[in-house]
Amino acid sequence: MSETKNILNVSRRTVLKGSAATTGAALIGGTFPMHFIKNAHAQTFRGDPGNASSIKLGFNVPQSGPYADEGADELRAYQLAVKHLNGEGDGGMLNTIKPLELKGNGILGKKVEFVTGDTQTKSDAARASAKRMIEKDNVAMITGGSSSGVAVAVQGLCQEMGVIFMAGLTHSNDTTGKDKKRYGFRHFFNAYMSGQAIAPVLLDEYGAERRAYHLTADYTWGWTQEESIKAATENIGWETVNTVRTPVGAGDFSQYITPVLNSGADVLILNHYGKDMVNSLTQAVQFGLRDKQVNGKNFEVVVPLYSRLMAQGAGDAAKGILGTTNWHWSLQDEGSQAFVKSFGQEYGFPPSQAAHTCYVQTLLYANACEMAGTFAPWEVIKQLEGFEFDGAGNGKTLYRAEDHQCFKDVLVVRGKQEPQSNFDLLEVVKEVPRAQVEYPADMFGGELGPYQV
Amino acid sequence: MTNTKIVSPKQDILYMVILSAVVLTMPIWLQPFGAAYPDLMQKFMIFGIFAIGYNILFGLTGYLSFGHAAFLGVGSYTAVWSFKLLSMNVIPALIFGTVLSGLFALAIGFVSLRRSGIYFSILTLAFAQMSYNLAYSVLTPITNGETGLQLTQGDARILDRAAGIQADASLPTPNLFGIEGIGYSGFYICAALMLISFFIYLRIFRSPFGLKLRAIKSNQSRMGYTGYNTRPYLMTAFVISGMYAGLAGSLLAVTDPLAGAERMQWTASGEIVLITILGGVGTLIGPLLGAGVIKYFENILSAFNDTVLVNAFSFLPDWLANGVASVLGLFVGDGWHLTLGLVFMLIVIFLPGGIMEGINRLWRLVSNRSSSSAEDKEKEQPSTKEA
Repeated sequence: MSETKNILNVSRRTVLKGSAATTGAALIGGTFPMHFIKNAHAQTFRGDPGNASSIKLGFNVPQSGPYADEGADELRAYQLAVKHLNGEGDGGMLNTIKPLELKGNGILGKKVEFVTGDTQTKSDAARASAKRMIEKDNVAMITGGSSSGVAVAVQGLCQEMGVIFMAGLTHSNDTTGKDKKRYGFRHFFNAYMSGQAIAPVLLDEYGAERRAYHLTADYTWGWTQEESIKAATENIGWETVNTVRTPVGAGDFSQYITPVLNSGADVLILNHYGKDMVNSLTQAVQFGLRDKQVNGKNFEVVVPLYSRLMAQGAGDAAKGILGTTNWHWSLQDEGSQAFVKSFGQEYGFPPSQAAHTCYVQTLLYANACEMAGTFAPWEVIKQLEGFEFDGAGNGKTLYRAEDHQCFKDVLVVRGKQEPQSNFDLLEVVKEVPRAQVEYPADMFGGELGPYQV
Repeated sequence: MTNTKIVSPKQDILYMVILSAVVLTMPIWLQPFGAAYPDLMQKFMIFGIFAIGYNILFGLTGYLSFGHAAFLGVGSYTAVWSFKLLSMNVIPALIFGTVLSGLFALAIGFVSLRRSGIYFSILTLAFAQMSYNLAYSVLTPITNGETGLQLTQGDARILDRAAGIQADASLPTPNLFGIEGIGYSGFYICAALMLISFFIYLRIFRSPFGLKLRAIKSNQSRMGYTGYNTRPYLMTAFVISGMYAGLAGSLLAVTDPLAGAERMQWTASGEIVLITILGGVGTLIGPLLGAGVIKYFENILSAFNDTVLVNAFSFLPDWLANGVASVLGLFVGDGWHLTLGLVFMLIVIFLPGGIMEGINRLWRLVSNRSSSSAEDKEKEQPSTKEA
């Protein structure tokens, strides 16, 4: 009969003992934890620190994938922001943002702690990581992201879960347009603003008789940027020859660049970001696009969303290329200087625009909690909505209540011909005033949703 | 591992009871490991289903499919569309997700199963990558490309509207007649389905059909010579495991109503192979253990950062703590893949049968010792062979 033994070779008695013990443990363990049921109590909220002496924030950034460089810099900025909030270091922008109620003793007297996660630049992984922060670590706020696809996905989750999401680097119009959420806030500028800011400069530099060819990253950000830049350039009289979508993280863009040569276009617009942009720009230059004469004009390349990290990656290829950025470390205002100084002291090099926006977002959230006197998200949201401030590096800034988008000056930049250092790669061509990039709040549609979920 | 075991149905029921007890008490005993939060436990269950389904194909027939993530993706997309068009109830989503994946598996299996060995693996890999790229580009109207398919306020939800369920201001969540698919209730939904799937899987393992699948693994030509046409059996196993993957995919959508193309990428297909090998190919519960280990690593190790490490070693002198933290920092956070790789290598080298082999060896060690101490030197030939 030994053939009929249980495979693990356990006698029935042992098993019964074991299962009795398990049941006993379950009974002793008491009721199953059910405290995450939605609406169980009207006034409780996720991330409530209660009587704890500290408050947790969740930093969800890409640590791998095509946007990993930006993610690493974002994380540095977050850690700096936490230091400053807790009163360590030189305080950075805590001394320059006005109005500001932060005192350098944490938020509402609670010490700020943080948890980190890797979004892998994938919506799935980013949401899993955000869920962990909410369900396991009980964070009061989530911030980060360096891809609009991820930002939109995480923002949706945060709305469902009732946790505030302070978007990091996300440039798609959808983030505060079609997919805007009551619990989502964006300090960064968007594709529409880029188009409005860069179009007049393009007209000045390259004239009105141009034929543009778009290569576009195939996701929400690429689509809206293509749409915005196309509209803005057609407005100044340019013709759009063709728009081609390329997969994110493609690596090799040669198959997309070859057709440009024979298309009759004389401007190539690269709606790419991160490593993708580094690769496509480098390859475009290697293919000799910029040495060509088409329709009697010099062939030009434009990168509507530009950043120092990308210019660094592209090296010589970035020289002379026009684009827009949210912020640049060479700005001379008080806020930018203070931030560049403390970031430089901490890490030994100047911050990127991604770092800047993430740093500011963290301070703004902390300040809103301080103003509200509570961490209850619906109260914090009301403080952020319509908040006006200055001294964060982009002049007077408004957090518009209708779509949670910040409005501020936008920079048009160009890759420097003779950089002084490894970081001095961009020169600011023009600071486009806020009024020129504003648009009506209902232009992109979308619904914010309720304050309490 | 393929030797036949005759196990009475009663013992199987006992097996199920123990497994159910272990699974349902997870929120308690996972507490000390820091894994007792709903999202991770849901992942344990979902990838458990995926892995046991995969084991029906790979473990029993030995056919190594490198494209199972495609079925996971199809299940997810179908489920989200069911939420969008029909109802937020999970039942239609699960049924459609499973059935459609099954049909998809039928189509892919029809072509791929004409070959075996490495050619079969490459064919399935090609199909999965094709599905992934289609979802990314051509099929964007159905899949919403890289952004991923999501619910919106304005979705049709015909059945819900007909039943008079009003959508309030916030997005509806998937539910089973009011039991929500997120949080702890979502975990219990997943757990229940995992146990049902496991029972079916157990029956397949014990059935004559399962025996024929094993025969294919041990020697397909010989089986052919004895007069069996192996293709229908392979096809059935392939479709069943495709349906398991589809069920897992739709559960992913139930617990988080978003479907992205990256679910179909080759890395996702590779992960399930890894899970099965890590746990023990062809063993009954090995794949479940593998799923647990890999998901735990992915979610917990990747969350460690340098600050956590420095704090953990704060009892050491400062310079030493920083040194230890910076070395260990390579293996956690974004470096968790490195740790996973090392563990995988160690297991494949020292325990080719996966975690299950480790457990069996330990068990044998313990039981041998106890029986020898009883001075009962009856040769335990049959039982050691069984383990």
